[in-house]
Amino acid sequence: MLEQIVFFTLAAALVASALAVISARNPVYAALFLVLCFFTSAAIWLLLEVEFLAIVLILVYVGAVMVLFLFVVMMLDVNVAPLKEGFARYLPVGLLVAAAMLAEMLLVLGAQRFGLERFPAPVPNPPDYNNTRELGEVLYTQYVYPFEIAAVILLVAIVAAIALTLRRRPQVKHQTPAKQVQVKREDRLKIVSMPAEKREVES
Amino acid sequence: MQNQYLAIALAPLFGAIVAGLFGRQIGRAGAHWLTIAAVTVSTVLSLDVMRRFLFEGLEVHNETVYTWLISGGVRFEVGFLVDKLTALMMCVVTFVSLMVHIYTIGYMKDDPGYQRFFAYISLFTFAMLMLVMANNFMQLFFGWEAVGVVSYLLIGFWYKKPTAIFANMKAFLVNRVGDFGFLLGIAAVLMTFNSLDYAEVFAAAPALSGETIELIDGKPWNLMTVTCILLFIGAMGKSAQAPLHVWLPDSMEGPTPISALIHAATMVTAGIFMVARMSPLFELTETALSVVLVIGALTAFFMGLIGLVQNDIKRVVAYSTLSQLGYMTAALGASAYSAAVFHLMTHAFFKALLFLGAGSVIIALHHKQDMQEMGGLRKYMPITYITGVVGTLALIGFPGFSGFYSKDAIISAVGHIDRAGTGLAEVLLIAGVFVTALYSFRLLYLTFHGTPRMDEETRSHVHESPWVVTLPLVLLAIPSIGIAWFTTEPLLFGDFWGDAIYVAPGNDPLSHLREIWHGPAAFALHGFVTLPVWLALGGTALATYVYLFNPALAATASKALAPLRVVLEKKYGFDELYQFLFAGGSRGMGKLFWRGGDQTVIDGLLVNGSARTVGWLSGIVRKIQTGRLYGYAFAMIIGLIGLLGLMVYRGQA
Amino acid sequence: MIGLNHFLVLGAVMFCISVAGIFLNRKNVLILLMAIELMLLAVNMNFVAFSRFLGNTDGQVFVFFILTVAAAEAAIGLAILVVLFRNRETINVEELDSLKG
Repeated sequence: MLEQIVFFTLAAALVASALAVISARNPVYAALFLVLCFFTSAAIWLLLEVEFLAIVLILVYVGAVMVLFLFVVMMLDVNVAPLKEGFARYLPVGLLVAAAMLAEMLLVLGAQRFGLERFPAPVPNPPDYNNTRELGEVLYTQYVYPFEIAAVILLVAIVAAIALTLRRRPQVKHQTPAKQVQVKREDRLKIVSMPAEKREVES
Repeated sequence: MQNQYLAIALAPLFGAIVAGLFGRQIGRAGAHWLTIAAVTVSTVLSLDVMRRFLFEGLEVHNETVYTWLISGGVRFEVGFLVDKLTALMMCVVTFVSLMVHIYTIGYMKDDPGYQRFFAYISLFTFAMLMLVMANNFMQLFFGWEAVGVVSYLLIGFWYKKPTAIFANMKAFLVNRVGDFGFLLGIAAVLMTFNSLDYAEVFAAAPALSGETIELIDGKPWNLMTVTCILLFIGAMGKSAQAPLHVWLPDSMEGPTPISALIHAATMVTAGIFMVARMSPLFELTETALSVVLVIGALTAFFMGLIGLVQNDIKRVVAYSTLSQLGYMTAALGASAYSAAVFHLMTHAFFKALLFLGAGSVIIALHHKQDMQEMGGLRKYMPITYITGVVGTLALIGFPGFSGFYSKDAIISAVGHIDRAGTGLAEVLLIAGVFVTALYSFRLLYLTFHGTPRMDEETRSHVHESPWVVTLPLVLLAIPSIGIAWFTTEPLLFGDFWGDAIYVAPGNDPLSHLREIWHGPAAFALHGFVTLPVWLALGGTALATYVYLFNPALAATASKALAPLRVVLEKKYGFDELYQFLFAGGSRGMGKLFWRGGDQTVIDGLLVNGSARTVGWLSGIVRKIQTGRLYGYAFAMIIGLIGLLGLMVYRGQA
Repeated sequence: MIGLNHFLVLGAVMFCISVAGIFLNRKNVLILLMAIELMLLAVNMNFVAFSRFLGNTDGQVFVFFILTVAAAEAAIGLAILVVLFRNRETINVEELDSLKG
């Protein structure tokens, strides 16, 4: 009973914040509502005893991705007002499409197919159950290659993001360490031999 | 012996290659000496082969020189079958070729294509030798096509002359019709016997004489008849039998030596030779022989008639050639193969003589060929005149001359064979004798007698041709007179041929002639009591009266007989018919395919059409590609909804 | 008790909300990106629910990878966005039609 209350409360919060994400005027608010979405989702996942992913969701998404979002939103000097134009105009068709899709999905996802009779509630895990450990065991054995590929993808993403946004401004002075290291004495030092000047004898 | 045969065939080829490819290096004199030497080698060796056959009892040679490939059990080979028929053809071909080579030195003296010409005629000699020496159908076909190609090259030798180009194209195309039939005939042989070797085919043929083939469902035809008629269609093309004769008169656009060598003496006789060689096949089918007989007789008479109205000296001789080829064909149709080949041989000599004589006249008149501008040349060109008279007498079959024996044999043979169409053929052939005499003496009188009609300047330059021209004339005049005296008996009545020519038992049309044969002199005397000779003399008399003593009558007669003259001058309208029906038809069809098929369907619809369709389609698709992100997203999501709906629907159904 | 269907319906609702979000926010790439994140979250919800109810860890591994890829995608997407804004001074999707055919 308590579980149901918790679930429905969280679900309601999730749906409400999702709606807020798509309808917020200000992208900053939208981002913050998305953060709320992630939080509630993580909570719902805890209900499902998927602790590791719930934590990762918060750490990675909220901690990294959403912060990046917020950072970008705030960094870009976006004029918000015109971006919201046409919201009312597209509202009917958007709702229609969403409703049609939802109706179709609900036809399939009803209780008669995925109800408790078909899929009985899972047995709660014993106290010494370690979700992280179990996931790790699968990840590092069966899924080790995909895992490595995922790592590479992340690396590529880092390189790509930097390569995309990096720009050199000609007027800004910057150092080139490689050149600094390679410098030789001849480049910097010039020895000029000059004849000594004789002081004129005072007459 | 094989080496000797190889030398005979390959010596002219060697000459042709050297003269053709290295003509500039060896020069004009080098070209003619080399090719003449090569052909002389061939001639001497051929005569040696003949001598051995006659006096040393040489065995028939039938061996394969080289196997080209074996495919599906059929052997494609190069090989020589040398029997007496081949030996005779070899002698004729090489001898006439040699004469023509020598003659060419004089005739082509000033021509820039001198070396090329020698290369061509030597190449022709090679091809013709390959044709007659073949021991299988493939090599026969090779020779057949090779002589056709050289003929094409030589008719169009003066390739800057539009009429020559037209004529060589015409010759090539008309021969293509015949060759197609010939090829089908060879295919029929291959299909039936699964072999291309003469000996195998002839050995197997009698067993298959009753076989039928259904070219059209439900209409069985005798297989041998079909095969032989197809082969004969090839002979019709090459030997210029009606209705495939149209190319031969036009081929006179080529240089005169060529007219003599190819279009009178040798190549055109390839068809005759081929049918004679195929006698074991033709003897199996009366129907095909009747066809051969009737076509030959029709050609002999009606082509001779056209000769009466021609004014170009070479064209008269050309129509005369057509007519004589008709006689040979008729002889073949009457199963008198030996008479056909005999006439082929005598004709080769006197027709080459006539052609070269005409060429000599043409040289003297600086390449003018219209007989209406000749006349009275007898005084200026005695050797040419005398040899011309000899050739003419031989042609009309004056008793004692070689043409008399061969032609009389043919007419007699046709009269003594019991076969469909014989009656018609005999009438046409006998009437043809009269026509022959008429046009031959018309030619002679218009050219050599009467008052000179050429302009003053030309006449002042007329003189006898150089020795290189007259020597071949004299050398050809000798066999024109006398070759028959000592060859008639062995060729027609003896067993000269051996197995080379096969005549079915009971089909011997020369048996009657054999009974009345008591030597050539007696036969010549006997000729004076037969109808053909009197008709020939009648024709001569008429020609003498009309063209020599009373030239005004010629004009009157031609006015009186105007409709007939027009028909003859139009050559029965064959040219117009072919021009309109086949040339025009194929041009029209070509235009149809070009405009309709190529330009409209392929270029218009398929090539440009598909490009245009793609352009049009992409014009539409381009509008869909707005470049706006949400448009794509929208399309994607609509598609997703659609798919989802489909899955739900199918899942529930 | 809460059945699998509850979680799935929740995921579906979130998915549809994010689809509607894509439609409604035609001017703002940022919100579009956020809607896509939301969509991934909805999918993750399904994975996690199935994983739990079927007693199979593979679903969670998938979520793990999706998170990875989503993080990469967000990083690159935002980088592109920054470059875009730098060049065009706008993040209005309707003005981004250089690929128009």
